[in-house]
Amino acid sequence: MTSAPLKGSDRVTVGPLADGTGTAKSVRPSRPRRRGRGRSAPYWFLTPTLVLFAAFTVVPIGYAIWLSLHKVQVKGIGLGKGAREQVWNGFGNYTDVLHDSEFGHSVLRAFGYGLIVIPTMLGLALLFALMLDTPKARSAPFTRLMIFLPYAVPGIIAALMWGFLYLPAVSPFYYLLDKFGLPQPDLFDGGNLYLSFANIAVWGGTGFNMIVIYTALRAIPPDIYEAARIDGASNFKIALRIKIPIVMPSLVLTFFFSVIATLQVFTEPMALKPLTNSLPSTWSPLMAIYDSAFLKSDIYGASATAVVLALATYLVSFTLLRVSDRYTREDRA
Amino acid sequence: MTPLTLTADTTGKPPVKSRARRTAWVPTLVLLLGALYCLVPIAWVVMAATKDRSELFSTFTFAPGTGFFDNLSELNAYRDGIYWTWMGNSALYAGFGALLSAAVSAGGGYALGRFAFRGREFIFKLILAGVLVPSIVLTVPQYLLLSKMGMADSYWSMLLPSILSPYGVYLVRIYAAAAVPAELLEAARMDGASEWRIFSRIAVPMMMPGLITVFLFQFVAIWNNFLLPYVMLADDTKFPLTLGLYTLLAQGASQPALYTLVITGCLLAIIPLIALFLVIQRFWSLDLLSGSVKA
Repeated sequence: MTSAPLKGSDRVTVGPLADGTGTAKSVRPSRPRRRGRGRSAPYWFLTPTLVLFAAFTVVPIGYAIWLSLHKVQVKGIGLGKGAREQVWNGFGNYTDVLHDSEFGHSVLRAFGYGLIVIPTMLGLALLFALMLDTPKARSAPFTRLMIFLPYAVPGIIAALMWGFLYLPAVSPFYYLLDKFGLPQPDLFDGGNLYLSFANIAVWGGTGFNMIVIYTALRAIPPDIYEAARIDGASNFKIALRIKIPIVMPSLVLTFFFSVIATLQVFTEPMALKPLTNSLPSTWSPLMAIYDSAFLKSDIYGASATAVVLALATYLVSFTLLRVSDRYTREDRA
Repeated sequence: MTPLTLTADTTGKPPVKSRARRTAWVPTLVLLLGALYCLVPIAWVVMAATKDRSELFSTFTFAPGTGFFDNLSELNAYRDGIYWTWMGNSALYAGFGALLSAAVSAGGGYALGRFAFRGREFIFKLILAGVLVPSIVLTVPQYLLLSKMGMADSYWSMLLPSILSPYGVYLVRIYAAAAVPAELLEAARMDGASEWRIFSRIAVPMMMPGLITVFLFQFVAIWNNFLLPYVMLADDTKFPLTLGLYTLLAQGASQPALYTLVITGCLLAIIPLIALFLVIQRFWSLDLLSGSVKA
């Protein structure tokens, strides 16, 4: 941008692109230096992004923090105008959150759910990606598309479909179990509930993660394998010793996003709730926040809970980034 | 396939010709099983949508039924065809939201990817940090603020919060940095083109594959969103499909009579997106997912 001091102080603002002579079509009397224009342009292009970011991210977060530090105080018998007012509550809501066993349990449930979902989903995604990358695997383009297809299915609809498949009255699995006289587990009960939810998440998420990992695999230059093959390495060994270490950054990325998604699990349990009675309305952290904000009408406590969840997400994210950073660095050394 | 020749020559394994023809059965089998797993619920919903109420609970699940057109007309008649209102709403929210999102990301990503200016990295990191904020942390205060302005439970309350996509800005940034040569922009500046003209006539066409990808991601994200409409909307004529079907099921939990409606509704809801996928998958630069750009 520094290399363009055009024609003194009158700078050309609009001109035909092909017209290299610089004939001015319109000359605007503005800042004399071209450098000045180059500097303000990116801010103009960024304006819509920044305005939306301020209005729909910064302000809501600020409002949530403000709410989380307040509470409603009822004066007198609580009737009439001005009987309820917002007063400063300091960290009172936060102490409540940390002592709230319902929220604590919802976090533990999300944790247990994540322990099932994340290894299964990423394990399958890696397996499928490696299989796709194997030379001479038949039907690869077709299966790749099919495994990616669930990404196009809204989470709530995926959960509804699986919910029906879990119902003994309409499920093909129960039909088969019945035919062979096998025991029929209740998929909505206790521990099975985790597996039921996890299956929906794995079904919906594997394809997307597979594509991320597969793309990284495709970027590896094939001549790397050549040397290994000369040394007689099998496809399995090549996958284990060469491919997996090279796609490690993609695995870290998918792991990172899966952890964030796990903390926010909402759709699957919400969708299955109408089908069963054994599901509390505070099953996951997001459900607990929704429950206290709208069903218990305690937006102050709900805001504090939401802020705690956000802080926890940041803490987990930064720890993960630290660990993965150290890991890859040691790997290089 | 050249490495195979080398392997055969140096290790004395079977000759190339027979190896080249041999299918790798284990990977093929694993992939087919994976595809089967992914197709089971879809196949089930296709079959179940063809059954009438009694067939749904009596015949084998993967056997076709006879009630598809009855189910369809029943869904069509349900509350004067509110299902189609929901589908129209979903298309409206996802279509306009994704279009605006791609436009905003184009400007933001182009600025961050092709200009050096003070505060660039700070702004970029700040926007990216937005990815980490749990959706409910934003949605609940967004609802409270919008309802103070009298905008909750309106089309705007669905559309406005869906426009900014930190991931979209990120994608366009890496795409612009890789696919729009700085020399070309510089040449256009030398020729006296305005920054707006350079952006709209040179940068946007070159970034188009990236912008289409952003559009599709955001389209799917809005179409599939459940939490935002669940919090924002109360009037069921403004519901998108996801929330509409959910309320239908929630009502039908006590009366299995509505099951067939929900099932038929699910089938019709996934058809447009799957069709969209199959048609446009070649325009979709999935490579962008892992941050690599083919030059």
